[in-house]
Amino acid sequence: MDQVVLNSGDTAWMLASTALVLLMTPGLAFFYGGMVRTKSVLNMMMMSMITIGIVSILWVIYGFELAFGYKSDSPWYGGFGFSGLGGAVDELANNGGVYPIPLLVFAAFQLMFAIITPALISGAIADRAKFTAWAVFVAIWSTIVYFPVAHWVFAFGNKVGDTVTGVGYLAGKGVQDFAGGTAVHINAGAAGLALAIVLGKRVGWRKESMRPHSLPLVMLGSGLLWFGWFGFNAGSSLAANGIAGLAVMNTQVATAGALIGWLLVERIRNGHATSLGASSGVVAGLVAITPACAFVAPWAAVVIGFIAGVLCSLAVSLKYKFGVDDSLDVVGVHLVGGVWGSLAIGLFGTSAVNSIGLDGVLYGGGTALLGKQALGVGLVFAYSFIATLIIGYAIEKTIGFRVPRDVETEGIDFTEHAESAYEFASSSHGGKLL
Amino acid sequence: MKLITAIIKPTKLDEVKEALQASGISGMTVSDASGFGRQRGRTEVYRGAEFTVDLIPKVRLEVLVDDKDCQSTLDLIVKVASTGSIGDGKVWTTPVEQVVRVRTGESGPGAI
Repeated sequence: MDQVVLNSGDTAWMLASTALVLLMTPGLAFFYGGMVRTKSVLNMMMMSMITIGIVSILWVIYGFELAFGYKSDSPWYGGFGFSGLGGAVDELANNGGVYPIPLLVFAAFQLMFAIITPALISGAIADRAKFTAWAVFVAIWSTIVYFPVAHWVFAFGNKVGDTVTGVGYLAGKGVQDFAGGTAVHINAGAAGLALAIVLGKRVGWRKESMRPHSLPLVMLGSGLLWFGWFGFNAGSSLAANGIAGLAVMNTQVATAGALIGWLLVERIRNGHATSLGASSGVVAGLVAITPACAFVAPWAAVVIGFIAGVLCSLAVSLKYKFGVDDSLDVVGVHLVGGVWGSLAIGLFGTSAVNSIGLDGVLYGGGTALLGKQALGVGLVFAYSFIATLIIGYAIEKTIGFRVPRDVETEGIDFTEHAESAYEFASSSHGGKLL
Repeated sequence: MKLITAIIKPTKLDEVKEALQASGISGMTVSDASGFGRQRGRTEVYRGAEFTVDLIPKVRLEVLVDDKDCQSTLDLIVKVASTGSIGDGKVWTTPVEQVVRVRTGESGPGAI
C-alpha cells in the first residue's frame, strides 16, 4: 500500500473551511438575533455564543472520540474515553481511508459542525429559556444526541489495509449525506420541535406583534451563513478537488433558486417580496443542498433549491395551525429543508458527477437510494425528537427550563444578562459607575 | 403667549422647519411621536404572518410664540405641512402662563 503523505493544498483548504464554518455560528446569532424583539436580542445571540464555548471544550475531552473514534467498533457511537487529542499531532485523518490532511484539522473542521447544530435549535425557544438551563441542555444534547448521530452519518471508520472498523450505522447502510442534511439539519429541526413543545408558547404569542426588531441584522446573518456554508459543504470533500468545486457551485445555485422560490411565493400570496423572505429563502436553500451538494448536477441543485424555497415558505405557517411556538421556524426551515434535501438525493443523485455517488430515480437507479435516504431521515428524526423530549423534560423538572412570566414580559436580556442591546434616548445616558 | 403643537408627517419636518426659520421663529422642540387619526394603520407580513401596525410614526413639533404671531405661525405650518392626502396631521394651540429662559432667568415674551 502506498504511503499517504500530507498534502499542503488540501490541508490549506481544510484550514480555511474550518474557519468558514466557525463563522456560521456568529452569523446564525445575527440571523436569529435580528428576528427577535429588542428586549431579547442579546439572549438570542448569547445562546449561540455559549454553544461555541461548551461544545469546543467537550469535543476535545471526549466528543471527537465519541463521534469519530473506532475503538468500540460500534455503528452507534465511536469510542468512550477522554482522549484530549494530545497524541494526534503527527497523525493523518482516517475516515474510511487515509486523507492527506492532519487528523487535528479534520477534528477541528468537524467540531464546527458539532457547534452549529445545537446553536440552530435555539431559534425554536427564543425569548424564554433560562440561560443556565440552555447551557446544560447544550452539553447533554451534544453528548447524547449530536456526537452519536454524527457517528452514524459521518463516520466511515478507521481503515487499515483492507480492514475498516467503527463505521457508523447510516454510513454503513449507504445513506448519502455529504455535509449534514440528517446529522445537522434534521437533527436540529427535530430537537427544535421537541423543545418548543417542552417550553410552550411565549407570553402573548399570536396576540402581540412579535415582528423582527432588525431586518438588516437578519440579512447580515444570512449573508455570513451563505459565506461560511461554502466551507461547510465544499470542505466536506476533505480535499481541494473537483468534488469541492461541484459542492461550491451547487451550494451557490441551489441557494439562488431557493431565494427566488421563497420570494415568488410571497409575491403571489401576500403581494410583496420581503427582505425576511429573501434571507429565509437563502437559508432554506443552503439547508436543502447540504446533503446533496456533492451528489447532484448543478441543474438539479437549482431545482432542489427552488423547491426548498417554495416548500419552506409554505411550511413556516404550519406552526400556527399546530399551535407550536417554534419561534424562528427551526422546523419549517431546517427540518423541512433537511428532509427535502436528503430525499432529493434519491431523485436527482447521479454517479456521473461523483464516483462514490449512486443513481437516483431520475437517472434510472430506481427507488433503492430513495429508500436508504428515507431510512436516514426517519431514524435521525425519531431519535433526535424522542431524546430531546426526554432531555428537555428532565431539565424542566429539575432546574427549570423556562424563565418566570414577568421576566419574559420585561425582557430576558436584562434579567439573564444585566444588559440591554440598544440605547435609544438621550435621557437614558443617566446613571453612574458603581 | 401660546404653545403651538403640530403633529406632522416626518417627511415634512425639514420644509416646515425651514419655513418657520424664514418667518423669524427662533426656536422649536421636535420629538418622535406615533399615533392614529383618520388614517388607518397598515399591514406588515413576516414569513406569512400578518401584523397590523395601527400606530403610525409622526413628528411632534412644539413652538412657543407671542400672541400676535400665533395665527400666522399656525397658518404657515398648516400650509407647508399639507400634502392633501390622509395622515397629514393636526395643529393646535394652547395658552401658556409662564416662560423662563434658564440661562438668564428672564421671563415673558422676551424669553421666547
